[in-house]
Amino acid sequence: MALLQHGALQPNNWRFVGDDAALPADGPVTVSLKRWQAETDALRGRNAPIGVRLKNDEPAQALGDDVHRLSVIEVEFPKFTDGRAFSQARILRDKLGYQGELRGIGTILRDTYAHMVRCGIDSVELPEGKAIDGYLEALQEFTVWYQPASDSRRTVLELRHAANANARSGAAVLSETVAAHSV
Amino acid sequence: MSTQIQVVTANRLVDGAVVYLTAQGDWSERLGDSALWRTKDDAEVALKASEKDVEARLVVGPYLFEVAEAAEGIKALSAKERIRADRKPSFAPDVGSWTGRISA
Amino acid sequence: MYRYDEFDATIVQERVRQFRGQVTRRLAGELTEEQFRPLRLKNGLYLQLHAYMLRVAIPYGVLSAKQMRKLAFIARRYDRGFGHFTTRQNIQYNWPQLNEAPDILEHLAEVEMHAIQTSGNCIRNVTADQFAGVAADEIEDPRIWAEIIRQWSTFHPEFDYLPRKFKIAVTGAPDDRAAIRVHDIGVRIVKNEVGETGFEIWVGGGLGRTPIIGVPIRKFLPKRHLLSYLEAILRVYNLLGRRDNIYKARIKILVQATGGEKFAQQVEEEWEKIKDGPLYLPQEEIDRIHRYFAPPAYDKLEDNDPAFETARLEHPDFARWVRTNTVRHRVPGYIIANVSLKPEGGAPGDASADQMDLLADLADAYSLNEVRVTHHQNIVFPNVRKRDLFALWQRLKPAKLATPNLGFVSDIIACPGLDYCSLANARSIPVAQRLSRHFSDPRKLEAIGELRLNISGCINACGHHHVGHIGILGVDKQGQEFYQVTLGGSSKDDASLGKIVGAAFSEDDIVPAIDTIIETYLGQRSDKSERFLDFVRRVGVDPFKEALYGTAPARRPAAE
Repeated sequence: MALLQHGALQPNNWRFVGDDAALPADGPVTVSLKRWQAETDALRGRNAPIGVRLKNDEPAQALGDDVHRLSVIEVEFPKFTDGRAFSQARILRDKLGYQGELRGIGTILRDTYAHMVRCGIDSVELPEGKAIDGYLEALQEFTVWYQPASDSRRTVLELRHAANANARSGAAVLSETVAAHSV
Repeated sequence: MSTQIQVVTANRLVDGAVVYLTAQGDWSERLGDSALWRTKDDAEVALKASEKDVEARLVVGPYLFEVAEAAEGIKALSAKERIRADRKPSFAPDVGSWTGRISA
Repeated sequence: MYRYDEFDATIVQERVRQFRGQVTRRLAGELTEEQFRPLRLKNGLYLQLHAYMLRVAIPYGVLSAKQMRKLAFIARRYDRGFGHFTTRQNIQYNWPQLNEAPDILEHLAEVEMHAIQTSGNCIRNVTADQFAGVAADEIEDPRIWAEIIRQWSTFHPEFDYLPRKFKIAVTGAPDDRAAIRVHDIGVRIVKNEVGETGFEIWVGGGLGRTPIIGVPIRKFLPKRHLLSYLEAILRVYNLLGRRDNIYKARIKILVQATGGEKFAQQVEEEWEKIKDGPLYLPQEEIDRIHRYFAPPAYDKLEDNDPAFETARLEHPDFARWVRTNTVRHRVPGYIIANVSLKPEGGAPGDASADQMDLLADLADAYSLNEVRVTHHQNIVFPNVRKRDLFALWQRLKPAKLATPNLGFVSDIIACPGLDYCSLANARSIPVAQRLSRHFSDPRKLEAIGELRLNISGCINACGHHHVGHIGILGVDKQGQEFYQVTLGGSSKDDASLGKIVGAAFSEDDIVPAIDTIIETYLGQRSDKSERFLDFVRRVGVDPFKEALYGTAPARRPAAE
């Protein structure tokens, strides 16, 4: 698998290690929430980045302050119609203040990718060699958003009531916003 | 003992029109043109084969339903399929000309 | 009414472009039907019995004349010359083509309309009271809040793939005309002890397979917290709603399983964390939207208009229509006019393109450019001067739009049923036609009085039969269409679900059965002021069972 991150497809060096499997000596790994909670010290003791793969029926809040000790948190979209991970992502970002890599795994379509990015997901796992033009295009399909989410895009409310709205035309503000988020 | 005669139907992808699989393997808007599958196995095979037309973006959602052969032609057994085959609702929309022209 | 600013317009235009891209990719084979289906549903495009069906949103039921004309244009150009107004204040077209759907959406975008989120597992059209802004009993205009909710819910990235569909309704008057108690979230504008307005929040109501009256989880919510509170509810639902069984996936199931109190607690916990965040509504935005719903420039008139009174005296038919179809307006000299889309022998809620154009002209001429769609599938002219009402009525008559049956038994609410819908078990429209022909005498209608009759063609209950005073549910019994009758439902403040009266009736027997039910009521009601609904609540279903099936009620022992 590869990662779509920063606008490009990169190799994914992370490995998910099952609950009963032995941990490799080095290399970045993700483990289940259960394993993280049971073996926190051992996992932190490894000289390699550690992450947690959340199942989408697990409460994201359960990670608590541990989010600051993780390099990666993976949230899952087992079917693209299952949108629980969108809420998990927002809880991780907004409530727990998670600042590391938030990765979407599972079924990632270009149409759900844009939602993921808005919910604070900044990388997604895709099959090796997958064409990513569609995904990148999907991020450009909308230039304005009504509601605040977990990204840094200015919302329509902010744009409408921006200070000195008379000084700059709405169009100028709009094109600025587009330019700032064309990543 | 009557045999269960079945027909394959679907909707055309581009315009949603109701269509029926013919013996030639194409899709007709007329129930009367349908190929009749007289055994369960034959019907299942025909349904499976129609998947290629789904992949070819001709039709969506093919399925089987029962018909009977009558003097006037093939008749759908269920109310739903009879209404589908008529290609319009069962009631007369022009009752009282209420959807028609309005005189000034 | 609300007018798009450049941001609203941009969003809708970008959506059209996105959908056009999705349709192109589908037709080119880059998307399978499985992948495309949720995307087209989020633009209101169903695959139905005869063809595709497009459901266009009419936010809280409000239309300008220009928008109504566009709906007529679409009916003519892209469909078969008519449209169907629904029980959620939307309009449906039954014959659009997939390859033309992007063009239809583009036409709609030109008049600030769209088909966004009218289907799919997302937040649907927010409905409101059809007399919003003009009803005499209103506390505050619910459309302001319906518009605020509409914007917040449009393309919400977190709530676009919910366990199931989500319907929100807002009411601004003590008389609930928006059926909030049978919605996933119902918002009721209320005043607290110190006279501030805020919201009472209900959750978990719904009809369908498992009809349930909602639960009030918050007695008073300050206005500026509306969106943060709704977000908390949606987040709890998104995370905890069932995803293993589509028949158990609505929020009503979650609220029942969790218990109302515990669910309220979960919402409050979530809300605590977010209520002071960016969803706290800026007063400027509330004020901005408020301005769009400011009352129009009404004339200063006497409430009594001599010309109007004369017309009533001289034209008994007009007088009847005024009696049955008009409602008091809050402004003197004005009146609210209800246009029935249930003519004798008609398909309830359908309007031809010609009729839509006429309604648009009349809105321009007589209703300050505004017209509304109700969830009873009728039309409202909200701002008619009494002095203009006769002229309006005269123009409605030849178009079969002046049926004086509002709220009576022939003002039938019906889903499209098996004539249009592949989910249906039975046809609903022919039953409605036969009933409206049977109950066509206006004097008989007035004698019977207020009677809500709802017909659903299947258990999904899109005709809202559970909350009909008389409900009819189409069922399939061994391939035949049968009709089950319920009695005593209501969607208002006294919300209740109808009780089944007995075995279902055949196609031939259903109209005589309804007749028997009505005759039973007429014969046994205490007096004319006892409404059908009140009568049913007083006597129960036994008298009707007796009359319909001849079953004698259990004999009481002789007095000692």
